[in-house]
Amino acid sequence: MLRKTFETEIKQVKDDVLLLGSMVEESILNSVEALKKRDLKAAQKILEGDRAINKKRFEIESELMILIATQQPMAHDLRLLASNLEIISELERMGDYAKGIANINIRMGDEPLLKPLIDIPRMAEKGVDMLHRALTAFVNEDIESARKIPVEDDEVDALYNQVYHELMMYVIQDPRTIERANWLLWVAHNLERVADRVTNICERTVFIVTGDLTEITDTDNEFWHPHKHE
Amino acid sequence: METKIAVSKNVTESAESRNKMEIKNLSVFYRKFRALAEINIAVHPNRITAIIGPSGCGKSTLLRSFNRMNDLTPSAHMDGEIILDGENINASGVDVVDVRRRVGMVFQRPNPFPKSIYDNVAFGPRLYGIRRRNDLNEIVEKSLRQAALWEEVKDKLHQSGFSLSGGQQQRLCIARALAVEPEVILMDEPASALDPISTLRIEELMRDLVQDYTIIIVTHNMQQAARVSDYTAMMMIDDHRAGRMIEFNETNVIFTNPKDKRTEDYVTGRFG
Repeated sequence: MLRKTFETEIKQVKDDVLLLGSMVEESILNSVEALKKRDLKAAQKILEGDRAINKKRFEIESELMILIATQQPMAHDLRLLASNLEIISELERMGDYAKGIANINIRMGDEPLLKPLIDIPRMAEKGVDMLHRALTAFVNEDIESARKIPVEDDEVDALYNQVYHELMMYVIQDPRTIERANWLLWVAHNLERVADRVTNICERTVFIVTGDLTEITDTDNEFWHPHKHE
Repeated sequence: METKIAVSKNVTESAESRNKMEIKNLSVFYRKFRALAEINIAVHPNRITAIIGPSGCGKSTLLRSFNRMNDLTPSAHMDGEIILDGENINASGVDVVDVRRRVGMVFQRPNPFPKSIYDNVAFGPRLYGIRRRNDLNEIVEKSLRQAALWEEVKDKLHQSGFSLSGGQQQRLCIARALAVEPEVILMDEPASALDPISTLRIEELMRDLVQDYTIIIVTHNMQQAARVSDYTAMMMIDDHRAGRMIEFNETNVIFTNPKDKRTEDYVTGRFG
């Protein structure tokens, strides 16, 4: 096979992206679990884990730059490597969202949770599940699967709406809860953004295969968001 | 082998002015062997069109068709139309010498005449009857300036063309072609015998020249085709070893999202 070395290197990059993805998935789930249990030590570990995520991201970026410089990728190869650069950036931002949740946990200190977490863990599980399948679709260049995932963002948005309304009820009934409500709203916001970024990954998968870079828009059933694809 | 080629609609029905050159249903034979089969290509004015493809696919044969250089091969004959500014130059009665003035050629290996730098450039104009010293001086300077060589040779115009480096010799050959005021310049792998710096200089020169001329280049260097050209034609041989054009499009499309799998395989290096 021609370009066997290049093919091997591309496979290595894909494996590294999957590894980065699993680090991020774990970080998101652990950050919410730690918040649920008010486990500040676990939260601290998430912060350390984020450094590892950032380091991995830069390593992959460096691999990609070397491949681009030395292999002169064209057409599909070029789209693939360029998309990898985008995707690792999306993953790193998702890692930051997990870090943000861990930070909130730490800042809350001894304060109890305003309410038991029910919808927030659901958002995390749903987002991580979407991410996992999006990354699988990405490495397999499965555009059929990639196209179907973004619409599931509606579920995450619906959960976010629920969390928002519930927390607002708390605040209306007792304004002193505003700070604790705000913390939880930020956590929900971060998880909602995770799901949004999964859509970006799906769009890149379609781009790699077809060469078309278009938004896969979800339905209108969504809480208003000022920055859809930050 | 399919004869349809993937051509972007906006490439053939461009809002730009009429094509500078066109080739319609061109086949080139060497005795009974068909080297090129049913080639159709449109060349946009003031653009660089690159012809790429694996070795032996007929790129140079196609390039030589544009100015009927194939006529110089006794066994060769061409069917089809070669159109320059709307007129078929592959017809009887056409002044082939004038065709080759209007459609000039630069070859792979620099081939200056065994003459001075000045006389290399003045050779063509002199053949056309220009005798006055001042006129020749003007043409020589203008051509050497256009070829980005003037500053390097202005003080040694009477030195031999062979005294120049490889890159300079190639630019001298370009100046020689420019001296007879062509409209189209054909370049057959113009930089393949040159070092990387000279190559990049030739590429920069091409981008300057295309403002005044139309350029068609054959290259086996895909990165060069990608860097320098506006349009790219992908060629390949068919089962009968005839060269065919399989895709033609804007260069950025050919190299980021080609439509034909054979083009994709070739530009990504999977072909072989």
